[in-house]
Amino acid sequence: MNKVRTAQEAVAQIESGMTVGIGGWGPRRKPMALVRELLRSDVKDLTVVAYGGADVGMLCAAGKVKKVVFAFVSLDFIPLEPYFREARQNGTVETMEIDEGMMLLGLRAAAWGVPFIPTRIGLGTDVIKVNKDLKVIGSPYDDKEWVAMPALNLDVALIHADRADERGVCQIKGPDLYMDDWFARAAKNTIVSCDELVPTAYFHAGDEARYVHWERSQTQLVVPAPGGAHPSSCNPLYGYDTAHFNEYNASVKDGGFSRYFEKYIAGKSESEYQMAVGGLEKIRALALPVY
Amino acid sequence: MSQAATQYSLAELMIVAGAEALRHDGEVLATGIGVLPRLAASLAMKTFNPDLMMTDSEAFILSEPNPISGRSSHEGQKQESWMGFSRIFDNVWSGKRHAIVGPSQIDRYGQTNISALGGSYDKPKSQMLGVRGFPGNSISHANSFFVPAHSKRVFVEGECDVVCSIGYNPQRLPKGYALDDIDIRLVITDLCVMDWKGPRHMLQLLSVHPGVSVEQVLENTGFEIHVPSNVPVTTAPTMEQLAIVAQLDPQNWRAKQLKDNPPGNRG
Repeated sequence: MNKVRTAQEAVAQIESGMTVGIGGWGPRRKPMALVRELLRSDVKDLTVVAYGGADVGMLCAAGKVKKVVFAFVSLDFIPLEPYFREARQNGTVETMEIDEGMMLLGLRAAAWGVPFIPTRIGLGTDVIKVNKDLKVIGSPYDDKEWVAMPALNLDVALIHADRADERGVCQIKGPDLYMDDWFARAAKNTIVSCDELVPTAYFHAGDEARYVHWERSQTQLVVPAPGGAHPSSCNPLYGYDTAHFNEYNASVKDGGFSRYFEKYIAGKSESEYQMAVGGLEKIRALALPVY
Repeated sequence: MSQAATQYSLAELMIVAGAEALRHDGEVLATGIGVLPRLAASLAMKTFNPDLMMTDSEAFILSEPNPISGRSSHEGQKQESWMGFSRIFDNVWSGKRHAIVGPSQIDRYGQTNISALGGSYDKPKSQMLGVRGFPGNSISHANSFFVPAHSKRVFVEGECDVVCSIGYNPQRLPKGYALDDIDIRLVITDLCVMDWKGPRHMLQLLSVHPGVSVEQVLENTGFEIHVPSNVPVTTAPTMEQLAIVAQLDPQNWRAKQLKDNPPGNRG
């Protein structure tokens, strides 16, 4: 089975109104080439589930988002994501604001085919007040109350991996896979962009297979996208682009997202985008972050 | 070396006071968010509580805390366990963790806010981070708070604009819980050290920093706090503690955390 598609072909499967999960964490290993393709499409009214970074900010700014399911949206070294902030402060997006761990439970519930997972997280806080759909329930086994974290069923998950083969075996060799395995399992269809398309034999050598965190049946499409996480990081291949993020952050007060979009994304292919940001070699040379 | 220092910065005093929060914790994951809290946790692990666990703030547990400044890569760090983010939650829910965090708002119940300020929930005046891991942290394990600028903007008169963490609020107490189930430890500010062991879990003054008066603390707090009859002065760092902090922060990032890097003794 050959699952390889272009970004345009893969993203064409996403329809308005769908629930889209996006892997990575803040400015780390985001499937940005796929996000850029989504920004160029005419899709709208998406519900986006993410440990959010510029992926969420850009989709909000471009008017693609009806609702954001989030615990944070941040670029780490720039704590507050400028366009998510703008969207919230203008009241233009609906929200489901939950704890980071609750999001993990919601993805697991979806992956396991159960309607909810009970948790104490959220009790005593505004999480159970502002999310009208979030139910607090009794337990058949004790006298406490519990939050019933609903399954976050995804129509599509977008993930960026280091490597994949054409059958959808995906490798993440960075120090953390974040919750990407759960995004893949929570989705009906998972689209994985990869920095490198490799032959299946690649995984047979040494311990390469140890860095494959979900089985290929959870991956429906593979999109070769060298440098495709830029401006986010793809550790160990490259770090995040602080200069680019600084420019992106400043753009909110200097021309807004439309100016950023026109300069880097509108009408451009991914290779034209990379030319505009300094080229693939420059991306691959970006220093890894030190925490 | 264990003699009290006479020259030290307020940041260093707060680091040492923050380390005290972890002294009797035993074997838990110590997470200090931000430069000063992380140095506080690192100091505690390097001195009186070597059983603490700390991460590299990325994906590994370390046998020795990393210096916070002066490193150009994670190469050579003393990592002992993989600890990706999904596993952090397994640790959080086990309760074997103590986080030192810096909320934007803290109210009389010990509830905190890092999500959004002002306006309405649907259209906040200022969107901040989001609730992050605060709901889960606060109901699962010990938490201490770090406040670099003690004021009524942080210690708010009413409830927090968005309540991100559970506190000692009887009106919000979940069914089956007692207030004593909530575990909020120390509050370390640029003026004083406090805990939540006043009458009915009131915020209580434990010590004021050198040169700070009890009145100054009260004037800058938006709600009533308990003041015991005897309020000592916060213990000064020892020479040994200052030397270890300097090793953990060779580029002196700690000097940039508080406005104008004030001295520890403002008398």
